[in-house]
Amino acid sequence: MIKYSQLTCVKNCWVFDMAKLDVIIITGRTTDQGMAIDEKLSEEYMKSVAFCEMNEEDMKIIGVKDGDRIKVKTEFGEVVLFAKKSAVEDLEIPRGVVFIPMGPYANQVVGGRNGSGTPRFKGIKGVVEATQEEVRTIRELVVGK
Amino acid sequence: MRNAVCTFCGNVCDDIEFDGVTGKNLCPIGEAKFAAKRRIEAPMVRGRRVSYEEAIEKAAEVLVNAKRPLLYGWASTVNEAIRLGVILAEKLGGVYDQCSSVCHAPSTLAMIEEGIPGGTLGQAKNRADVVVFWGCNPVEAHPRHPSRYSVMTKGFLTKGRQHRHVIVVDVRKTATAYLATEFYQIKPGYDYAVFTALRSIINGYEKAVPEEVGGISKKKLKELADILINGKYGVIFYGLGLTHSRGQDRNVENIVKLVQTLNRHTRYILQPMRGHFNVVGAGEVAAWEAGYEYAIDFSRGYSRFLPSEFTAVEVLVRRDCDAALIVASDPAAHFPKEAVKRLAEIPVIQIDPHPNVTTLLADIVIPSALVGIEAEGTVYRMDGIPLRVKKLKDTEYWSDYEILKLMLDKVIQLKGE
Repeated sequence: MIKYSQLTCVKNCWVFDMAKLDVIIITGRTTDQGMAIDEKLSEEYMKSVAFCEMNEEDMKIIGVKDGDRIKVKTEFGEVVLFAKKSAVEDLEIPRGVVFIPMGPYANQVVGGRNGSGTPRFKGIKGVVEATQEEVRTIRELVVGK
Repeated sequence: MRNAVCTFCGNVCDDIEFDGVTGKNLCPIGEAKFAAKRRIEAPMVRGRRVSYEEAIEKAAEVLVNAKRPLLYGWASTVNEAIRLGVILAEKLGGVYDQCSSVCHAPSTLAMIEEGIPGGTLGQAKNRADVVVFWGCNPVEAHPRHPSRYSVMTKGFLTKGRQHRHVIVVDVRKTATAYLATEFYQIKPGYDYAVFTALRSIINGYEKAVPEEVGGISKKKLKELADILINGKYGVIFYGLGLTHSRGQDRNVENIVKLVQTLNRHTRYILQPMRGHFNVVGAGEVAAWEAGYEYAIDFSRGYSRFLPSEFTAVEVLVRRDCDAALIVASDPAAHFPKEAVKRLAEIPVIQIDPHPNVTTLLADIVIPSALVGIEAEGTVYRMDGIPLRVKKLKDTEYWSDYEILKLMLDKVIQLKGE
């Protein structure tokens, strides 16, 4: 089924853009992120949080391989990350779901206020596409260039 | 030193053997915690090195001059320091909030509504023959939890893995799922519906349940209900899969109701998988000092609790604070970007052992001793058991307690009380 987010307007004509994919974003802790948590300004920490884990089939749809750059967009913002193939076969991450480790990168695309005072960090609707843009450093994300 | 206490996650493992450099019995995260790392070298005011006394005095001035300062963090320090933080918030007429407001705070809301059928990790170890992990991934977040308390451990009555039925329910097949006897994969955001379906089946209203709920077939749900009800003593561990996704506190309320339902047939307890080693203390200490666990506003001279207004993220996004004291935490890394934007606009005072993302935004940075390695005190494990964390080596850094004690004295002095 063609979804609205997969349509792009080119010269007053709506065309189907294969490179975009509707996803549900979940964020959370990983062991690597936990190990580097006290060294947040290090390269190890950046490596442990600046990726987006996805199902291999979904990666084929947007035309990216392990380590390629992708852009994740939600109503709260967008962020460029490295794509990562989910570790173990089909069940690891289901199709249509992506996982970003908790941290400054995930927080570019989370938000939502619903009365509980706790933002929604999981189950956020978003769009993923391939990009040539650079992955920004944590310093650039937080204090700008 | 034997029986040292690890101060990373809510497990608070108290069987660490520390030889002065590294420790035995640590998980990979604990090893990283105990390893030597880059520290904040000296107290600094806007990039200028100063003495502890000067930095603390400047910090007190900033806080006293603010209309409504935010005092946030607390989950990675000891109860003694947290107590001073709550008193400081009251004296300043500020807002006290702690890490659980971006973590398990919806569990607190559910606890207020429904109560919590709780227990201790000791009971899980010694008695549990059915162990459920719902929306949590201890293999990555609490690495020794399965071996110390819940899965492989040999208890007094339940003697090892082969006597336990381990169930994992999650939206993705996590590392924990590979420990499970049964893994149930549900659709993101459908936990509430699955709890309701299970309650209906257990209460004998099976006909009301449709053929598929949240991606699990009715047949599988009936199987799961059977496993749960046939347990002699069950423990349900749940994580941020419930509190961070659609439904939030309502998800937790419904899992409490599921446990209440199960308790009509057998014995079950519920345990949230708390993250930081003393995030329970950051709530408990505030509760005994001010009556509430988090999101507490003192601007009217008495404590008010309103999570939709006074959690740190809300206070920042609404631009309701004009200065911030961040203790043992890193909101610049872990808050949504809208809240971080406000944090960058206001004066920020940071007390932390390590430079982190918040350091990039902080005007006054005060380095502190590492709790559990260089400073001692009392912390609460995830199940509320108090443990004394030890000082394992000497340091020149001041502890959080010493820094906050002097800061409180300065604030009282400046306010002329």
